[in-house]
Amino acid sequence: MRRIRVHPDDFDVGAESAALLAACKQAGALASFTGVVRSTSAHPITALYLEHYPGMTEAALDRIAAEAESRFALLGCTLIHRIGTLEPGQNIVLVLAAAAHRQPALDATGFLIDFLKTSAPFWKKEIFPDGTSAWVFPRDGDAQAASRW
Amino acid sequence: MSITILYFAWLRERTGTGIEQLVLPQGVSTVADLIAFLRGRDAAHDAAFASPLVRAAVNQVFARPETPLSPGDEVAFFPPVTGG
Repeated sequence: MRRIRVHPDDFDVGAESAALLAACKQAGALASFTGVVRSTSAHPITALYLEHYPGMTEAALDRIAAEAESRFALLGCTLIHRIGTLEPGQNIVLVLAAAAHRQPALDATGFLIDFLKTSAPFWKKEIFPDGTSAWVFPRDGDAQAASRW
Repeated sequence: MSITILYFAWLRERTGTGIEQLVLPQGVSTVADLIAFLRGRDAAHDAAFASPLVRAAVNQVFARPETPLSPGDEVAFFPPVTGG
C-alpha cells in the first residue's frame, strides 16, 4: 500500500494514519514524521514558499517509497508533501511507515524523510518580515543524514 | 524536432524563463554543451549558469554534464533540492 500525494492542501495526521492502518491489516507498528514550517526569534520568517517539478517529483517519491518498502519490509507507507505558500506552524510534509514491528517502521520513516530531502525536486523560499525573500540552500547535514543509510 | 527546457526556483527567476522550446543547435549533444550554448545567448542566462550549484535532469531523471541529449528530450535546470 503506497500513498503519494503532492498538493497545496493540508493533511490530517490522524486520518492519514487510520487510512494506512486500514489498508495494512497485518501491521503491528506505525511510525510517523511531520515536518512543520519553523520561524524563530533568531531567524524569523512570515511564510515559506514551496515549488516543485511536477511529474519528476511524484516519480522520485515513488522510487524512494519502493526502496523503503523493500529495504525495511514495509507493509505500506504514505508520503504527502505540500506546495505553495505556507505559514509558520503549518504542516509541510508527512511520512508514515507501517510494518510488522517498531524497528523497521521507525527506520523506514527516517530513511524516507532523509531521502526525500536530498532526492525529490522541491525548493523552499523563505519570506521575511521586511518583505524580502531568499531561496533556501541545502544544509551539509542533509546529505550526511541520507548517506548513513 | 526540438527539446523542452524547464527552469525552477532561482534559475527561473534569474533567467526570466519558466519553459522554452529549442531546436537543438549544431554541436550541442550533452547537458554541458547546452549550458554553454545558453550562457552564450544572453547576460541573464550567463549569470544564472555561472553558479556551481546548478543541477540538471533529462526526462525527469537527475543528469550529469556528460549526459547526452536527443531531440524530444525534456531538460530541466534547478538548484540543489531543499524539500522536506
